[in-house]
Amino acid sequence: MITDARFSWLFLAVWRRNLRVYRRIWVINFLPPMLEPLFYLLAFGLGFSGLISEVVWHGRAMSYTDFFAPSMLAATVMWQAFLETSYSSFVRMFYQKTYDSLLATPLTVDEIIVAEIVWGATRAVIAAAAMLAVVAALGYAPSWQALAVLPIAFLGGLTFGAMGMAFTSVTSSIDMFNIPVFLVITPMFLFSGTFFPLTGLPAWAAGLASTLPLYHLAELTRSACLGLLGPASLGSAAVLAAFAAVFIPLSLVGMRRRLVK
Amino acid sequence: MEITDEQPVLSVAAAHKTYGTFTAVDSVSFAVRRGECFGLLGPNGAGKTTTIRMIYGFSPATGGTIQVFGQDIRTGFRRIRARLGVCQQGNTLDPDLSVLENLLVFASYFGIKRREAEVRAAELLAFFALEAKKRFQYDELSGGMARRLMLARAIINRPDLLILDEPTTGLDPQSRNTLWDRLLDLKRQGMTILLTTHAMEEAERFCDRLCIIDHGRVAAEGVPAALVAARAGCYALEVESPEEAMAEHLHEAGIRFDRSGRRLIVYGDDKAALIALRERFCAEAGFIRAATLEDVFLRLTGRELRE
Repeated sequence: MITDARFSWLFLAVWRRNLRVYRRIWVINFLPPMLEPLFYLLAFGLGFSGLISEVVWHGRAMSYTDFFAPSMLAATVMWQAFLETSYSSFVRMFYQKTYDSLLATPLTVDEIIVAEIVWGATRAVIAAAAMLAVVAALGYAPSWQALAVLPIAFLGGLTFGAMGMAFTSVTSSIDMFNIPVFLVITPMFLFSGTFFPLTGLPAWAAGLASTLPLYHLAELTRSACLGLLGPASLGSAAVLAAFAAVFIPLSLVGMRRRLVK
Repeated sequence: MEITDEQPVLSVAAAHKTYGTFTAVDSVSFAVRRGECFGLLGPNGAGKTTTIRMIYGFSPATGGTIQVFGQDIRTGFRRIRARLGVCQQGNTLDPDLSVLENLLVFASYFGIKRREAEVRAAELLAFFALEAKKRFQYDELSGGMARRLMLARAIINRPDLLILDEPTTGLDPQSRNTLWDRLLDLKRQGMTILLTTHAMEEAERFCDRLCIIDHGRVAAEGVPAALVAARAGCYALEVESPEEAMAEHLHEAGIRFDRSGRRLIVYGDDKAALIALRERFCAEAGFIRAATLEDVFLRLTGRELRE
């Protein structure tokens, strides 16, 4: 007796469902990633430039805004993907019972969860593209390599989407998401070489920060925007892929346990 | 495997489901033949929904065998669900989508091509009188419309077996009748249907065969009319607050009766005998009616409240 496969291309149907819903409110979805860099760069460019003359990153001196603009791309990828597979997926699963109805179709738990994570990554790519357009127009992404931000955003989106889904699989109420947001995502947002280079931290803290996925994502977006992608970038990509390779199976195991009753 | 006429569309053999130390379904067996409507009846918590969930592979059975279209649900879940229509208890429509989109998107989960899905959605919207509402958003739908849309969605893949978990619970009489009319149309078109319900009168009218389950076991199975005849009889005499002498007499004479709160219900095939009983014990407080499936149900599952 042949057993039906647990995974197939049918997962794209769930992905397309999310895209359809996203397109209905695309203006609301597009505005934050386009306005956010304007606000931040205005604030940091005007307000900070008197305080910080320049920043040194991997031995290169650059203006603070040159350093910071690519960080925003990385941070946006993280927030978009993580919030999608945490709060939004939880709402679909717990309040809207969408997964229950999907499990009466040929779809499997694995397909639904992978579709949600891939959708989170897609959302991250769309937001990164909108933001990149603004960042580049303002002159902060002078290299053609900046286009590599899009595949980088997809990889980072898978990583953070999988982390969000792993939390969702063990979360009993929507308020519980405050815990990963304030204990994991927010500290990562602040200490991953995003607002200042890691050289500004004591050695132990810099060592710790360099293990965080957002650090590697920010390294990648910065290298891409400045045309400095190189062998070290492959290392950063490998770290992101490793995080995804751990958290995707974790979220599948967690969700199978949660949804198969 | 191809289905022959003799082979049941669905066969449940000694299905068993435990959650920790709690046994939700304790060895349930039944079979559904092609083209029939089969009812699963039982009080709340009897194991109906769990049984249904085991059938479509939502909850894996702890023990026993479940075969749909001749395939085991454990190995053929995807092939089985491609040919199954499931209308779950409660509203699981997609609230982020319009009425029409709910149908189109659901069709895509079965791999149905866009153009084909549009044709089927248009047919179903007409069939369920939802055409004028196709652009409605989820929160603009009444309970009856939502349930009709649930049913339309469940048959978008033209299933060979339709599973309905309490399809009419919570609907007003108009919506309920509309829904039964549509279900009857589907049945006449040859659809095989498995349903759970609390509505005894509807089950009696609609189901070709049914089984009553309680405490996770099958308490009785058969054709509704035959079940009523065998388990209750043709008639029932209902008496409000009878004298104790009546119960004693019934007991001594070996006549079937039940108590329900202050009421006493006596069953029998001989109407004249029941009339005589009424004359003797309760000329004013008693009335005679036809026995129903509800009598059978209450006889088998007890009259106390299930909580």
